[in-house]
Amino acid sequence: MIHYEVSKGVLNIKIGGELDHSVATTIKERLDKVIRGGGYEMVVFDFSDLQFMDSTGVGLLLGRYKTAKSMAKPVAIFRPSAPVDKVLKVSGIYSIMPKI
Amino acid sequence: MDKIVLIVKALPENECFARSVIAAYATRLNPSMEEVSDIKTAVSEAVTNAIVHAYNNDAEKDIRLTASIEGNTLWVSVEDTGVGIPNIVEAMKDFYTTKPSEERSGLGFTIMGTFMSTLQVQSVVGEGTTVVMSKVIG
Repeated sequence: MIHYEVSKGVLNIKIGGELDHSVATTIKERLDKVIRGGGYEMVVFDFSDLQFMDSTGVGLLLGRYKTAKSMAKPVAIFRPSAPVDKVLKVSGIYSIMPKI
Repeated sequence: MDKIVLIVKALPENECFARSVIAAYATRLNPSMEEVSDIKTAVSEAVTNAIVHAYNNDAEKDIRLTASIEGNTLWVSVEDTGVGIPNIVEAMKDFYTTKPSEERSGLGFTIMGTFMSTLQVQSVVGEGTTVVMSKVIG
C-alpha cells in the first residue's frame, strides 16, 4: 500500500504492509515519478504502518534518496515500526536520513 | 528430531510465503515478537538472494528450505542449485553487491548474521549455495 501527498511543502510517502523484493520494482517506479515531479521542499517516508521490510527496502530507500538529493531535497523517516527500525539501524541509513 | 521441508519455486511472491512458514514453525518455541521478526527477516534475505543472485530470477528453479528444532534453538537452511558464490568472504562484507544497478543494498548476509545467532554459508560455483542459520529462542 502506498499513499502520498504534499502538505506544507513536505512530500509525505506512506508505505504500509510488507516491503520486499516482490513489490519493490512497482514501488520504485511510482516513487521516482512522484519525487521527480517536484513541488515540495522535503521528503518524508512514513513507515508507521509498514510491518515488514528486508534489505531490499534499504536499497529502495537509498535509490530514492539519491533522486531527492539530486534535487537538493532532504529525506527523513517517520515512525518506523520496531521490526523496520531494527533493519534501518543495522543498515546505518539514519546517518543520511534522520528518524523524526 | 522434528523437521519440516519446504520447496518453493524461485518466484518473488514466494519470499513472503517462505518466511511466514518458517516463522510459524518457530512459534513452537514460543518466541518473542522481535525474535519472530528476526527470523522472518533473515529467511527473506536468504530466499531473495537465491532468487536474485543464484538463479538470476529464473522462476523455474527450486529453493529448498529446511527447519528443525533442537532444544530452544531453531535451525534453518536455505538451499539453491544456482550459480554459486566465487568468494564467500567478499560476498559477506557489508554493502557488497554484484548488482548495484538493481539497487541491491549488499546487506543481506549482514542482516542474516546480525538477526540470527549463527550463520554459515557453503557454496560451490556452478553447483549452488546453502545458507544455514540458527536462532536461540529466549
